[in-house]
Amino acid sequence: MMAEEAKEVVIEVRDLTVGFGRVTILDSVALDVFRGEVLGFVGGSGAGKSVLLRTIIGLIKKRAGRISVLGVDMGKAGERMRRRVERRWGVLFQQGALFSSLTVRQNVQFPMREYLDLSDRLLDEIAVAKLAMVGLSADVCEKFPSELSGGMIKRVALARALALDPEIVFLDEPTSGLDPISAADFDQLIRTLQQTLGLTVFMVTHDLDTLNTVCDRIAVLADRKIIAAGPMSTMLASEHPWLRSYFHGKRARAISQSG
Amino acid sequence: MSESDLKTGIMTSGPATLDSSTQDGRLELAAAGYWTADNAGKLERLVDRAARMRRPPKQVAIDLRAIKRMDTYGAWLVERLQRAFSERGCETTFVGMQETYSALMEELSHIQRTPARTPRDAHGLLRALDLVGRATVEAMRSLLLLVNMLGSLVAAIFRVLIRPQTFRFTSMVFHLERVGWRAVPIILLITFLIGAIVAQQGIFHFRRFGADVFVIDLIGVLVLRELGVLIVCIMVAGRSGSSYTAELGSMKMREEVDALQTMGFDPVEVLVLPRILALLIAVPTLTFLGSMSALYGGGLVCWLYGGIEPDVFLARLRDAISFTHFQVGMIKAPFMALIIGLVAANEGMLVKGSAQSLGQQTTSSVVKSIFLVIVVDGVFAIVFASLGM
Repeated sequence: MMAEEAKEVVIEVRDLTVGFGRVTILDSVALDVFRGEVLGFVGGSGAGKSVLLRTIIGLIKKRAGRISVLGVDMGKAGERMRRRVERRWGVLFQQGALFSSLTVRQNVQFPMREYLDLSDRLLDEIAVAKLAMVGLSADVCEKFPSELSGGMIKRVALARALALDPEIVFLDEPTSGLDPISAADFDQLIRTLQQTLGLTVFMVTHDLDTLNTVCDRIAVLADRKIIAAGPMSTMLASEHPWLRSYFHGKRARAISQSG
Repeated sequence: MSESDLKTGIMTSGPATLDSSTQDGRLELAAAGYWTADNAGKLERLVDRAARMRRPPKQVAIDLRAIKRMDTYGAWLVERLQRAFSERGCETTFVGMQETYSALMEELSHIQRTPARTPRDAHGLLRALDLVGRATVEAMRSLLLLVNMLGSLVAAIFRVLIRPQTFRFTSMVFHLERVGWRAVPIILLITFLIGAIVAQQGIFHFRRFGADVFVIDLIGVLVLRELGVLIVCIMVAGRSGSSYTAELGSMKMREEVDALQTMGFDPVEVLVLPRILALLIAVPTLTFLGSMSALYGGGLVCWLYGGIEPDVFLARLRDAISFTHFQVGMIKAPFMALIIGLVAANEGMLVKGSAQSLGQQTTSSVVKSIFLVIVVDGVFAIVFASLGM
């Protein structure tokens, strides 16, 4: 592992405040994500993890603060600049968010058709390649999302998120709703893809196994702030009550025993 | 490619090239620059042109040393280049594969090339016949499903009759307000206009042979027997039938219907019965109101446009129509309501997982129910004629 100074910051969040109406969800949040790392982002249900993710990708408006992605200040950047940054990230939504009226192949090709001028042959080949990378065979190409299982939907959604070879991938609870075996497969898949494609992964998750096996660093959101960020060992050593109950609770015992 | 781009570091693209040269019977293909998605279109042409080379030498080396950046697109095109030469019996090797990309290349080398596309039947006539056959089977199937829905509804009615406390009265009242009460203004307006238009046309044409007064017969018979109920049914099918289908369809999509079933409820009893009963009450009521509104509109036009005084209009109307005409219209109304409700519920239950299918079934619900309403109206006309009504 490199020293932190040597790493390039790809997502930089400073003093970010987000709220709806009179409620403040995030209060002066600061967070760095470094190139090539898998960052696991945890926090209680309703703590605002997805809000932070959605604010970074621009789906929710911020009240104050600064978000820079790949060195571009997203708040100040013009429309064209923002589009160019958006092209360099992929998002896997919690429910997959596949277009239900398009086949799997069309779903994966959708961003490619929008942004790239490619021949049909190359589009088809790349779609098959992307599906193979997420562990799906070419047989699923002509299926519709309603004909797929939950795990397959997540895989296809990941293939779509990877369609343009992004540098950053945002994953919103990638393993939720999957059985432990599929979840472990998915973890492995994320790890492999991250290594093959040199991705930076920002992952919202609750899955302790995922945090343990895949994530380089973990950031914890509680009380509207990031209360800790660092590798698993830092989390386990922390004395913060929320962290203690999260990482030393009943469900976490297996991990602390093994780790 | 401005300076600010370079500063921010998102400028990761530049030119990409593929140069070929022959050295002592060995073909050297030198890939250089940015083999990324942005250049993929151009690179594909370069790769295909290189691969089409006539009589390639036995040995081909693909030099990757000068590649500055490569993603899946570039890696796949390199892979495609390698496969193209290998297929033509050349011995192909990679030179200077960078450590960073070896895992990606390895991954892609396992992918089979031909994507499986479903074969399409090319013959036009066969396809047309196939479509006709499928449409026929589909029509028969949907008729069967409609009968099935009617059966489930009757069964649900009997169950409710045996245990009246299970009837969802609140739900029915709620739907009655939506399909009945809230539809009153628009129904009154439209039937008023239709009545007025029929009266105007009648007066305009009947006046030529001095039969102005028969306009009242025309309006009375037409509105009470046919127009009132038809206009109301078409409006209700478009307004309420479509929303029934969309509601039930999205419940079906989100597995709410399945949830009901697993809790031991009959979806037809819980969801369909209150809706159809609401229609059964609303449509006759709206038909009555609509007919009155149409007569009023007709009477108003007769007076203002045709110069027929209201008391003359009423006296003539009393002679021209009998209670039978009114009965004919009103008897039809509940049957039409049943058709609209059954079709809407049936189409709603046929919704599959996609948003497109929801739209499709909603359209088909409106089209089918209007079609069936008109067909059944024709059947009623025959029945009433033979009964002498």
